Amino acid sequence: MTAITPDEVAHLARLARLDLADDELAHLAGQLDVILTAVADVSQVATADVPPTSHPLPLTNVTRPDVVTPSLTPDEALAAAPTAEDGRFRVPRILDEEV
Amino acid sequence: MADLSLVRRSADDLAQALAAGEVSAVEVTEAHLDRIAAVDEAVHSFLHVDGEGARAAAAAVDDRRAAGEALGPLAGVPIAVKDVMTTVGMPTTCGSRILEGWRPPYDATLVTRLRQAGMVLLGKTNMDEFAMGSSTENSAYGPTGNPWDTSRIPGGSGGGSAAALAAFEAPLAIGTDTGGSIRQPAAVTGTVGVKPTYGGVSRYGLVAFSSSLDQAGPAARTVLDTALLHAVIAGHDPRDSTSIDTAVPDVVTAARAGALPDGIRGLRIGVVRELGGEGYQPGVEARFREAVDLLAARGAEVVEVSCPSFAYALSAYYLIAPSECSSNLARFDGMRYGLRVGDDGTRSAEEVMSLTRGAGFGAEVKRRIMIGTYALSSGYYDAYYGSAQKVRTLISRDYAAAFEQVDVLVSPTTPTTAFQIGERVDDPLAMYKADLCTIPANLAGICAGSFPCGLADEDGLPVGLHVMAPAMADDRLYRVGAALEAALAASWGGPLTTLVPDLPTTTEVPA
Repeated sequence: MTAITPDEVAHLARLARLDLADDELAHLAGQLDVILTAVADVSQVATADVPPTSHPLPLTNVTRPDVVTPSLTPDEALAAAPTAEDGRFRVPRILDEEV
Repeated sequence: MADLSLVRRSADDLAQALAAGEVSAVEVTEAHLDRIAAVDEAVHSFLHVDGEGARAAAAAVDDRRAAGEALGPLAGVPIAVKDVMTTVGMPTTCGSRILEGWRPPYDATLVTRLRQAGMVLLGKTNMDEFAMGSSTENSAYGPTGNPWDTSRIPGGSGGGSAAALAAFEAPLAIGTDTGGSIRQPAAVTGTVGVKPTYGGVSRYGLVAFSSSLDQAGPAARTVLDTALLHAVIAGHDPRDSTSIDTAVPDVVTAARAGALPDGIRGLRIGVVRELGGEGYQPGVEARFREAVDLLAARGAEVVEVSCPSFAYALSAYYLIAPSECSSNLARFDGMRYGLRVGDDGTRSAEEVMSLTRGAGFGAEVKRRIMIGTYALSSGYYDAYYGSAQKVRTLISRDYAAAFEQVDVLVSPTTPTTAFQIGERVDDPLAMYKADLCTIPANLAGICAGSFPCGLADEDGLPVGLHVMAPAMADDRLYRVGAALEAALAASWGGPLTTLVPDLPTTTEVPA
């Protein structure tokens, strides 16, 4: 596999919503490269005839009866919010200025 | 002062003494709180100690017992809970700054079951951030010391729970195991830890790291204690859609039966050829071989078994777990709970989110989110994540073939004994190798446990025997573990933790 550049790491960090300092980006670039090279051996045995496993249990669509059950009160739900206002979570603006 | 005669007793002993009225739950709880106050500065097992809540829970159990109520077998026995399970009345931080001080509005199902069983929650134990690590050094709140040598790691991610047991701060503890986080700490602290079958214990309220691998389970100093706790927490939960809706294997009966002289006669044990050799410490291999010989001497049939795909398990794990974590940890966005950074009225939600996550997550969590983001991105998905899922199939096939020939598989739990704090902290690949033997069981969803098998000659540190059994055959783990314990306990004078050196205490012990 090809080496990961600091630019690619910066792109990944944006996708992952992680604000990283330049020194973190540089340090991570080297480490990600080593790790991804080491784990790339999975492709050696993953031949076309092997089906993938996403989960250890063969479960499909587990449902419960459609009955109302007790849940959190608004006060309980908001108790740990960084900021709340009028019984709602207060969040920063959701649109960027250039949009 | 810590009443050592109480804190050194097994949970089963304590439960019997409580039932007989020889001691009260308040006395047992006070003894453990005193012990925590005395040694936790040296060990740092706990992130939060709930003295008030523990005393109240203990007093309530004493009142119920006095009123003649029928109580569960572990009523009044204290327990330490890994800080990844949600708890009402106590913070749940997952060892992360992003959840510093977070008080969940609900209990995990497992925690509800502990409370319903009348057990006394002492507090929350230290862990690698979001359970990502093998040493507990990735906790944002500082490392935990191994009670055998506090300059060494107690394993991870559940190092706090394992250290609490070995330091006699609690007789029982809850761990969670995504790639070995119950078993590897058990091995390096000389304690017992079991990862139940995937789906055997509810994950509701277990803060998710890698949902297809995460499994909560019991830990203790003896095999029977671990089984007693397993019986309390296991069983179907409608709130966890991956919870198995069948009867829980009778682990307590198995733990008692396994200790009998003929407890494992005729049991077929397979030694996994691929989990040994190069990279394994001589003292680990020596104790492992002796343990297998002891089991053979008690009538087990031992054969060697090959699981060739295990060679790719570590790689598959370090693609699947980071991929699932990059998705699961997206919930920590600074909006509804937890840390929020940079919300100055001008920045957008996206900017605040990135700043919050950049400030709130530690290095290993960031590494794994980045690996997962990469492995799931278009162009790389098939080569990385898709291939890892296929390896998962191959590993399950290896187990299926092996369990055609044998009842259980065994290996060392971890290739080395406890390493020095700091030794592998910035060398991810070296750190990941601590989970070499434990990871395959998570990928296949089978059950597995670690049981003490002695101290390595070269460093005097504990070694664990790793036992693996098919899904929903958890009882077999306890049968084998109990047989090993019965064969070895006399030479140690009790459980292996009997040999833990005295810890420095912060309060003076009266002469």
